[in-house]
Amino acid sequence: MTAANPALQGLPPLAERLGRASLPRSRDLRDRGMRALALAAAALCLVPLAAVLIFVTLNGASALNLDLLTKPPKALGIGGGAVTAILGTLQLVPLAALIAMPVGILGAVYVGEFGDLRSARTIRFAADVMSGVPSILIGIFVFTFLVLPFRQFNAFAGSVALAVIMIPVILRTTEETLRLVPGTLREASLALGVPMWRTVLSVVLRTGLTGILTGAMLAVARAMGETAPLLFTALGSRLVNVGNLAQPMDSLPLFIYRNATQASVELNHQAWGAAFLLLIVVLVINVLVRFRTWGSQVG
Amino acid sequence: MAVETQMPSQDELPPETRHAPPTPIPVRRPEEIATVGATEPSGQIEVRDARIRYGDFLAVKDVRLTIRPRAVTAIIGPSGCGKSTFLRSLNRMHELIPGATVEGSIKLDGIDIYGPTVDPVQLRRVVGMVFQRPNPFPTMSIYDNVAAGLRLTGRVRRAELDEIVERSLHRAALWDEVKDKLKANGTSLSGGQQQRLCIARALAVGPEVILMDEPASALDPIATLRIEELIAELRESYTIVIVTHNMQQASRVSDDTAFFTMGEDRAGYLVEAGETVKIFTNPTERLTEDYISGRFG
Repeated sequence: MTAANPALQGLPPLAERLGRASLPRSRDLRDRGMRALALAAAALCLVPLAAVLIFVTLNGASALNLDLLTKPPKALGIGGGAVTAILGTLQLVPLAALIAMPVGILGAVYVGEFGDLRSARTIRFAADVMSGVPSILIGIFVFTFLVLPFRQFNAFAGSVALAVIMIPVILRTTEETLRLVPGTLREASLALGVPMWRTVLSVVLRTGLTGILTGAMLAVARAMGETAPLLFTALGSRLVNVGNLAQPMDSLPLFIYRNATQASVELNHQAWGAAFLLLIVVLVINVLVRFRTWGSQVG
Repeated sequence: MAVETQMPSQDELPPETRHAPPTPIPVRRPEEIATVGATEPSGQIEVRDARIRYGDFLAVKDVRLTIRPRAVTAIIGPSGCGKSTFLRSLNRMHELIPGATVEGSIKLDGIDIYGPTVDPVQLRRVVGMVFQRPNPFPTMSIYDNVAAGLRLTGRVRRAELDEIVERSLHRAALWDEVKDKLKANGTSLSGGQQQRLCIARALAVGPEVILMDEPASALDPIATLRIEELIAELRESYTIVIVTHNMQQASRVSDDTAFFTMGEDRAGYLVEAGETVKIFTNPTERLTEDYISGRFG
C-alpha cells in the first residue's frame, strides 16, 4: 500500500474519473448531431455541381447532334445549328490566350525572379483584385477603347476582354509555380556562369513548364465560359465569321444566352445542346490538366 | 556484383568519341605541390583583408588567406562561422543575396575578382561550384546536364560537345556508370552519382577553381568515399576549396586547412590556416586545438 498522494487528495478514485459515467449524458448525442451537420454541409457543396451536370446532360445530350455542330443558324426563324458559335469560340479564346500568356507569364517572371518584395506584393495584390472584378465591367472597359472609337463591335475587342480575364489567372498560377522551383536549381545554373535571363528561361521556366501550362489551360477553360465580357465587345453574330476580327463574332456562351431567352422550344433545346458541348469541353480541359499535373513534382 | 571500372578500349568507341583515358594520378607530396604551384600559377587565390557584409550585418571579417593552386584547401569551423559565405564570395555567388558586399581584395591569379573589369557571370565559369545537395536539372538528361553550362552560355558544335561531355564524365568518375544511359534523366541516378554528375557539369565549362560546399554531407559513407577519391584525382588539375563539417574528411582530402570561427560580435573570422598536417597535429592557436580535439563546435 502506497502512501496517499497529497496532490490528489479529495478527488474520486481513478476508475471513476476515467469512466463514461462521469460524462454528461448528452455528449454522445451532441457529437453525432454535429458530425451529421458537417457531413450535410459537405454534401451540399457538391449539390450544385451534380445538379448542373445532371440537368445539362439530361436536357442537352439529346440536342447535341451533327446539325448543331455543323450548321449555322437559319437566317430567319427556327433551325440550323451552332457552328458560328463553335468557330467563334475557337477563334476568340486562342487569340485571347495568345495575348494573355506572354503578359501573364512575363509578369510572373518579373514578380517571382526580378522584382523587389514591394513591387512583387503590389502586382500580386493587383492581380488578385483584378480576378475579382465583375467580368461585365471588363467588357465595358474594353468597349470604351476598342469598340467606341470604331463604332463597331468586333471580335478583336472580344479577345482582348477575354485576355484581361485570363491574365490574372495565368500570372498567379505561373508565379506559384515559379516559387515551387527549388532555389538550388537557379544557383546551380548561375554557378555554371549562365546569365540570369538564360537561367530563368532555360532552367526556371523549363522546370515549371507543366505548372505554367496548367495555369494557362485553366485560364482557357475559364475564358471559354465567359459571356459578359463579350456582350459589349464581340457581341455575337448569326453569320459565320472566320478570321475577320473587325466584325462581330459569335461564341458558345453568347449562343446559349441568345437562344435560351427566345420563345421557342427548338431554340431553347439548341441552347441546352450548346451548353452540354461547352460543359464537356471545359470539363475535359480541367480533368486533363488535373491528371497531367498529379504526378509531377513541380506545379 | 563487381563494379566495372575498366575503361572502354579505344576500339569499342565510335571514332568521334575516342580519346585518351585519364592518366593515373601520381601521389604528390606537399613539397612537390609547392613547386607545381610556383611554375604554373593557375588558380591561385589571394584573399587580403576581406570583409563580407549582408547589409549592416558583418558576416566575415578580415580574412587573409592564400589558397594554393592545384591543391585542396579545406575550410572548417563551427556552424554560423561564415564558411559558406566566404566560399561563395570566391565566385561572387553570395551577391545573389541583395545587400551583400565585399571589402578588401580577393585576387585570382593576380586579378581582383571584384574589380570593375570582372563580370561575375564570366567569373563563375572560371570558378565553378558544387553544392551540398546534388542539384541536377530535373528536366534534363544526364548528357544535357553536363552540356548545360556550355549550351546555355553559347554555341558549341555538337561533336565538340560530345567530346567535352564524355571527358567531363570521365573526370568525374561517372562515365562507366552512365555511358549506356546518357539519355536517361539526371534525377534517375543515385544521390552519389547525382553529385558526381554535378561535378561533371561544373568541370564541363572549363573552370580553374572548384568550390565545394559540403559536397558529401547529404551522401552515404560509400558515396562519400567516392567523392573523396574524386577530389584526390581532381586536385591534379584544379584548385579545390572545400567547406566541410567533417574534420576527418578535411584531414583526409585536403593539403591545406583554414579554420574559421565566430567572434563575440557574431562575425566569422579566420583563426589560422596552414598545411593540414600542421593544423591537425600542431596548431598554433588554442582555439584551433580546442576545435580539432572536439572541445567545442
